[in-house]
Amino acid sequence: MLCAGTGCVSNRSLEIQTALESELKKYDLQDEIQVVLTGCNGFCSNGPILVVQPDGIFYQMLKVEDIPHLVEEHFLKGRPIEKLMYIPPDKKSPVPKLSDIGFFKKQQLVVLSNRGLIDPENIDEYIARDGYKSLAKVLTSMKPEEVIEEIKASGLRGRGGAGFPTGKKWEICRGAEGDEKYIICNADEGDPGAFMDRSVVESDPHAVLEGMLIGAYAIGAENGFIYIRDEYPLALKRIKRAIEQAGEYGLLGEAILGTDFNFGLSVNRGAGAFVCGEETSLISSLEGNNPAPRTKPPFPALSGYMGKPTNINNVETWANVPRIINRGAGWFAGIGTESSKGTKVFSIVGKLKNTGLVEVPMGITLREIVYDIGGSILDDKKFKAAQMGGPSGGCIPASLIDLPIDYESLTSAGAIMGSGGLIVMDEDTCMVEIARYFLSFTQDESCGKCPPCREGTKHMLDILTGITKGEGKEEDIEILEGMAKLIKQTAICGLGNTAPNPVLSTIRYFRDEYEAHIKDKRCPARVCKALIKFNILPDKCNGCHICFKNCPSDAITGEAKQIHEIIQDKCIKCGMCFDVCKFDAVRYE
Amino acid sequence: MKLKPSDLDKIAQKMRSVTNLRKGTSRIKITVHMGTCGIASGARDILSAFLSCVEEEGVSDVLITTSGCAGLCSREPMATVEARDKPPVKYVDLTKEKVKRIFKDYVMGGKIVEEYALAIGSERVL
Repeated sequence: MLCAGTGCVSNRSLEIQTALESELKKYDLQDEIQVVLTGCNGFCSNGPILVVQPDGIFYQMLKVEDIPHLVEEHFLKGRPIEKLMYIPPDKKSPVPKLSDIGFFKKQQLVVLSNRGLIDPENIDEYIARDGYKSLAKVLTSMKPEEVIEEIKASGLRGRGGAGFPTGKKWEICRGAEGDEKYIICNADEGDPGAFMDRSVVESDPHAVLEGMLIGAYAIGAENGFIYIRDEYPLALKRIKRAIEQAGEYGLLGEAILGTDFNFGLSVNRGAGAFVCGEETSLISSLEGNNPAPRTKPPFPALSGYMGKPTNINNVETWANVPRIINRGAGWFAGIGTESSKGTKVFSIVGKLKNTGLVEVPMGITLREIVYDIGGSILDDKKFKAAQMGGPSGGCIPASLIDLPIDYESLTSAGAIMGSGGLIVMDEDTCMVEIARYFLSFTQDESCGKCPPCREGTKHMLDILTGITKGEGKEEDIEILEGMAKLIKQTAICGLGNTAPNPVLSTIRYFRDEYEAHIKDKRCPARVCKALIKFNILPDKCNGCHICFKNCPSDAITGEAKQIHEIIQDKCIKCGMCFDVCKFDAVRYE
Repeated sequence: MKLKPSDLDKIAQKMRSVTNLRKGTSRIKITVHMGTCGIASGARDILSAFLSCVEEEGVSDVLITTSGCAGLCSREPMATVEARDKPPVKYVDLTKEKVKRIFKDYVMGGKIVEEYALAIGSERVL
């Protein structure tokens, strides 16, 4: 099997074919050994490449001069030539290939295809990687309806959380009555542990602009906003710079690319209210009002900013658009699963060896993300669960680690795709405390407009806090479940509708932990301070005095070379004594 | 300058002659990854360390540029060093001292600093 891909051909693989064939003929081997030309092996840097089957022997960097010797030694005498064979990089050099490293191997870059490659503050570098080519294509050769059809055919769904089909959303807004329409880019990413959108804006701001320009043309909008949180100073600076540069090139403003398409864009800074991630709150904030949601319908597509039809998509959704137009809907629809097309960017954080920003095809399993990409759990502890979708999502327990990640399977497992925050937790994480933490976040961020969210989450939080303090009552789990259901059904916006999710999913998968806290007054993960107690084991303590010196609250008594003791009333349960003891004499339970 | 669709290709070609080592005048391109994660871990110091190396060695065929996050935030600061006709090398967990060594050994001497290198090659772009 001789590689005849472009790379190998330019390294003269066709001359090798001629040499091979004539040498084989010389030994009358042409009927026994067939020379087959193959497509690109993907290992162009080491071409020309020859694979001898059925043995699978892999020759690389062949030269015409090598062929007589190769044919004689290998094919005639049956002795493969080692010096022409490929040596895997780990044997030759300790530096592996990037594509062999787990973290990079499973990633497929669509949205992040320019990451780390271009200077985000130089529009020319974006253009050099096919930037604004899709916009030119759309403006010069496609009708708005055709653009919408293309996006619909691609199967792209909103990357902000709910997964509404993007093309459909555009179609509704285009069809809405009114000649003044708006589009908005939601860059108000607020989930704890999530930084996908920030990173996309920071590393490739023009992709977002180009996506918005294409969307504006398809929808018929002449003005747009980027609503970005002020806590992202670098992203803010880069998007502003991108708008400036695009303006200088006439890619924003009037008569874009010499056509009759006009579009103006402005940047609005958000003050960091989580509720502004919700469409109607964001619009309210843009209008200069308090960021509170309103009931839907009417949806923003019909009545949004200033009562005009408005289309909102998040950063990642917009950044997908130019790539879809450039490569075609069919290409995009070929990635991912039946119902969830394309890739998804996740920020993987928590108890993982590798943390960062990854882009993977839809349908990848959690196992691949945690073990192959994340490089497994820190300190080789056990994987317990992953929180997906931040405070609006739920946890996926270790038992569901082979779950394919797409919109539907995550929802049926009690989590959500969300915008892509993925927090990995190990065996030392208390699931009741996690639920309490996320609920305290949403409770704090509740805008206070509707009672289910304002009052309901407060009560749920009180109950959860009680449980973590050892004050839980038998009926608490049932009350939590009842209230969760009620809040989900009656809150007026996404924040309230989803706030109980972390509680419901932890009860669903870790009910035993709730029961241990409530019935046995015990925290199995040994996290809830009120439920743990530190002790010094007299038979193991040799009086080294190190715990005494390190205790920040003077809760340890004992002279050097004598057995030490912890005064429970003074102990603040910081765990310092446990950490510093070299003799395993401190125990906590 | 207001662009026409045909201008995009011209800009792309002009830009590639600067950034593409095979076509341009630079022998080596060093990209310091400067997303929020990189900057928070000290990428600004890394960038200035590379710049002062260029000054000290007095070389003119080394292109120093910046880019966004390379993805593996836990190993920042990171830099990608690409020599003409060679696959790019990603260096991780950088310090000013490591930069000096990389510049001396790899940029000037052509020898990969194995201890600091994460991997060679590029990411798969669909």
